[in-house]
Amino acid sequence: MNGVEGFMYPNEIALQWSVLIVLYPFITGLVAGAFILASLERVFQVDAVKPTYRLALLTALAFLLDAPLPLVLHLGHPFRSPEMYFTPHSTSAMAMFGYVYLWYLMAVLVLEIWLDYRREIVRWSQQSKGILRLVYKVMTLGSCNISERSLAIDERVGWIITLIGIPSAFMLHGYVGFIFGSIKANPWWSSPLMPVVFIFSAMVSGIAAVMLLYMGLTKLRGYKIDIRCVDTIAMYLFYIFIIDFSLEMLDLIHRIYEADESFRSLNFLVHTQLYIPHILIQICLGTLTPLILLFLTQVVKLPEIVRKRMYAIAGSLALVGIFAMRWNVVIGGQLFSKSFLGFTTYKMTLVTREGLLAAIALTILPLIFLWILVKLLPPWTEKNEHEAIAAD
Amino acid sequence: MSVFKDAGHLFRFAGLFVLAFLLFLVIRGFVVPKTFGQYGHYRGAAIGEVGAHPIKFAGHQTCEICHTDVLDVKKSGKHAHVNCEACHGALASHADDPASVTPVKPDTAVLCARCHTASAAKPKGFPQVVPADHSNGLPCQTCHNPHSPAMAAGGAK
Amino acid sequence: MNLSRRQMLILLPAAAVAWKSVLAGTPEDSPNYKMSEHWWGMLIDIPKCIGCGNCVRACQTENDVPDGNFRTWVERYHVTDGDMVSPQVISPDGGKEGFPVVQEDAGKYFFVPKLCNHCADSPCTQVCPVGATFVTPDGVVMVDPKYCLGCAYCVQACPYGCRYIHPEKKVADKCTLCYHRITKGLTTACCEACPTGARQLVDLKNPKDPIHEFLKTHSVQVLKPQMATGAKVYYNDLDGSVR
Repeated sequence: MNGVEGFMYPNEIALQWSVLIVLYPFITGLVAGAFILASLERVFQVDAVKPTYRLALLTALAFLLDAPLPLVLHLGHPFRSPEMYFTPHSTSAMAMFGYVYLWYLMAVLVLEIWLDYRREIVRWSQQSKGILRLVYKVMTLGSCNISERSLAIDERVGWIITLIGIPSAFMLHGYVGFIFGSIKANPWWSSPLMPVVFIFSAMVSGIAAVMLLYMGLTKLRGYKIDIRCVDTIAMYLFYIFIIDFSLEMLDLIHRIYEADESFRSLNFLVHTQLYIPHILIQICLGTLTPLILLFLTQVVKLPEIVRKRMYAIAGSLALVGIFAMRWNVVIGGQLFSKSFLGFTTYKMTLVTREGLLAAIALTILPLIFLWILVKLLPPWTEKNEHEAIAAD
Repeated sequence: MSVFKDAGHLFRFAGLFVLAFLLFLVIRGFVVPKTFGQYGHYRGAAIGEVGAHPIKFAGHQTCEICHTDVLDVKKSGKHAHVNCEACHGALASHADDPASVTPVKPDTAVLCARCHTASAAKPKGFPQVVPADHSNGLPCQTCHNPHSPAMAAGGAK
Repeated sequence: MNLSRRQMLILLPAAAVAWKSVLAGTPEDSPNYKMSEHWWGMLIDIPKCIGCGNCVRACQTENDVPDGNFRTWVERYHVTDGDMVSPQVISPDGGKEGFPVVQEDAGKYFFVPKLCNHCADSPCTQVCPVGATFVTPDGVVMVDPKYCLGCAYCVQACPYGCRYIHPEKKVADKCTLCYHRITKGLTTACCEACPTGARQLVDLKNPKDPIHEFLKTHSVQVLKPQMATGAKVYYNDLDGSVR
């Protein structure tokens, strides 16, 4: 059973939201971040990140397909979840999230990917054989029109969708932040900064994830990593990371300075149970270390191989740090009593529906989705590769 | 119009959307409970269902219909406002079927001590005793009638 | 009790009729219950509470509350030397079996029974994504166990810790203010079982309810007023250290 220190209201002793709910903002964050990286190329014409454009979109889709699973799995009655669509409660952030999710999945990601791949899909539907041919045939929606003019229309529509997609991605993850930030009963969550912090940390994690995936996949395929591309991504990662860190520190300093009725309790928590996940892992290991590494790559002239290694380390640490941040928000917010008089503990179970194994499975699942998507819709074109090699 | 022709695939995609939306509306029509929205954004029938929960505490009004003799003793004493089931426990089953459900008399050693054991945490004006010192181990009802506990002359039976 | 068989035979039919009418929902007290005519709440008279735990046990009996969860519970506060920020609070098993005896000690002690505040602007019903929890037209915050997803968002949103996820039903569960009783002219199980009258069911829409006079003449507070929840459980003589 959970160990209690001090006084908890009797119904507070068991935690309601487990590791799966930690996973959920982490995964949606990766989606939003990956999409924003993709939109850099499309809307802001950052040519250097072109090699990651399609990979970023597919990554976003793979993680988006996975995103609702931890939520549904944690429900007491998973099969009642469609009620969220049938009778959404207009005052509930969670209900609105259902619609934002669907909008983002269908109207933004799927449509954008479809438009971008349409020329290839039509070609594959004619060249490939067997089941695959049928799959591609279905994906053409029965239209093989890839005339100059129709592709030009696709290009234009795709651009508009990306434009709509950026605020949609912000909304998708801002809403996740709002789900926590709007709970006035919980001082650890209740903050108007919460959605903003969530968006920027999402961008950090998404950009870091696509950067790592790009470096990893290119290496696996035996091609050369486009250093100009990763340099640019790392630069963006660095700047967004600084904004993210500033916002988080602003929130922290504000809490310390205001020191309201909840401060004693929360301060104690951060110095005891949350010391390792919050101070050590989130701030020192997951934020300051990658920030210093990225800062060095920006100001010191380092050889390519060193830069690549530093990017890989910084990216991985950033992911650890953002995961720790989600953990500290979700789990940390349930460890203290709303009476501010005591604390409980969280013990992760192993093989239950909400246990560690389920969490690991749900983390691996999007990678399997991505593998299928990459097989079905290869993100690299011959043209891309030539450019990459030429750039080296 | 050739623009429409070249954007044909987009209309197909949009068509899928419309189709899915219509399907959604049809399914929604079937699955949303009939009383949803009757009083507000919830299933109106739920109120009645919660209200249909079985009653376990009959309520002192019910007890008093039959046990008028006890009521007479009680109403002039210190326990006038202590309801029957506060001590005797939930007895709706007895009210339902008085002949076959006979309540067990509570053990005063436990029952009286629950309220009247002395503790500095209790309100000062509340009558409290240290049970071991107070009665030398004699059961409470030796001296007190639980229904009218004051020790007036002949207060206890 | 001491009824003779003859007395029983005379009394029983009348009792049976009265009792059946309670069960049928048409007791004499409230013929044809109309939701629009009531606005329920509760009065907790702190100086009267002796911490016996009768209310907690009665609630668990009446409502089949699972072990370890509480629709109502009692806390014992101990405030020393005016340090209102850090009172010592205990609630062993929700105060179900009473509290350990205290020998004379410094500071003040008092008991605080807690239950759902049946807030008019309830933060818990605000966040429910599907409309499975709501405020009824007569002011009772209720869960629809057939519609609840069990997402626990409402549990997080309640500032008072009054909700829990039912371990077997896997849905949110909470005090119904004994809706099945109050709509039939009875009081709640906790009020029925309270020996000192520390808990009183109140109907704010009933002009004859003594609550109106009480509110006018006593210093009454709700829990966590800064949360602006529109709480309808009124505490008489509530100490400032209670949260």
